Amino acid sequence: MAGILFYLSAAVAVAATIMVIIQRNAVHALLYLIVSLLALAIIFWLLGAPFVAALEVVVYAGAIIVLFVFVVMMIGPDTVARAPRAWIGPVILGTVLAMELAYVLTGSAGHPVGEGAVQPREVGLSLFGPYAVAAELAAFLLLAGVVGAYHLGRREGRER
Amino acid sequence: MTAVPLAHVLVLAGILFVVGLVGVLARRNLLFMLLGVEIMLNAAGLAFVAAGSRWAAADGQVMFVFILAMAAAEVAVGLALVLLLYRRRGNLDPDAGGGDA
Repeated sequence: MAGILFYLSAAVAVAATIMVIIQRNAVHALLYLIVSLLALAIIFWLLGAPFVAALEVVVYAGAIIVLFVFVVMMIGPDTVARAPRAWIGPVILGTVLAMELAYVLTGSAGHPVGEGAVQPREVGLSLFGPYAVAAELAAFLLLAGVVGAYHLGRREGRER
Repeated sequence: MTAVPLAHVLVLAGILFVVGLVGVLARRNLLFMLLGVEIMLNAAGLAFVAAGSRWAAADGQVMFVFILAMAAAEVAVGLALVLLLYRRRGNLDPDAGGGDA
């Protein structure tokens, strides 16, 4: 049964991702990208990676998409109001995902596919055990990203 | 893997990667090119998680966390650059460069 859920989610992910790159309007593309990320989150859960599935929703569909929406709004969503039916596609795909989620939450889907779920505890132990140096490097990268984004995003002409 | 072979997950990751690559190559809008990069990073993360799930190891998920951190930093800097370009040029065309900036 988990196999059917996987292929359904995969179809939703591919369809939504294709819609992302063929949209003319950036806001509509972002809507489809959110659906695509949620489909991938369900796939991650089915693969036995619940921690990654939660991260996908929180960080990708939450934080990164919000950044994109901010930038689209600052640049100017010039054609947002011209396609009033644009929400139908994401809603249909999202409904499929919601039905899958409801089915999974009833507990009748059984265990995830694969060799069993890898719990967040093991991921954390691995992240701060053998991969501790890489975690520090990721922290450097994030700090550099914050400083770089602040430097690039400041108002010009104020430093004089 | 009982219900879904590893090859099918990798094929899905490949499809998503190619879609993202087409987005980067075909769109002439910096915002959509950044979206394509995000899609490609996500597909790479899917491949990592699938491989980690195949052998029930945590390493795949750890690699996904690193990809996530890198994607967040890349998006922050990339979107700041997009905003800067938009303020200076007034459009988001990556081909509109040259010596007139």
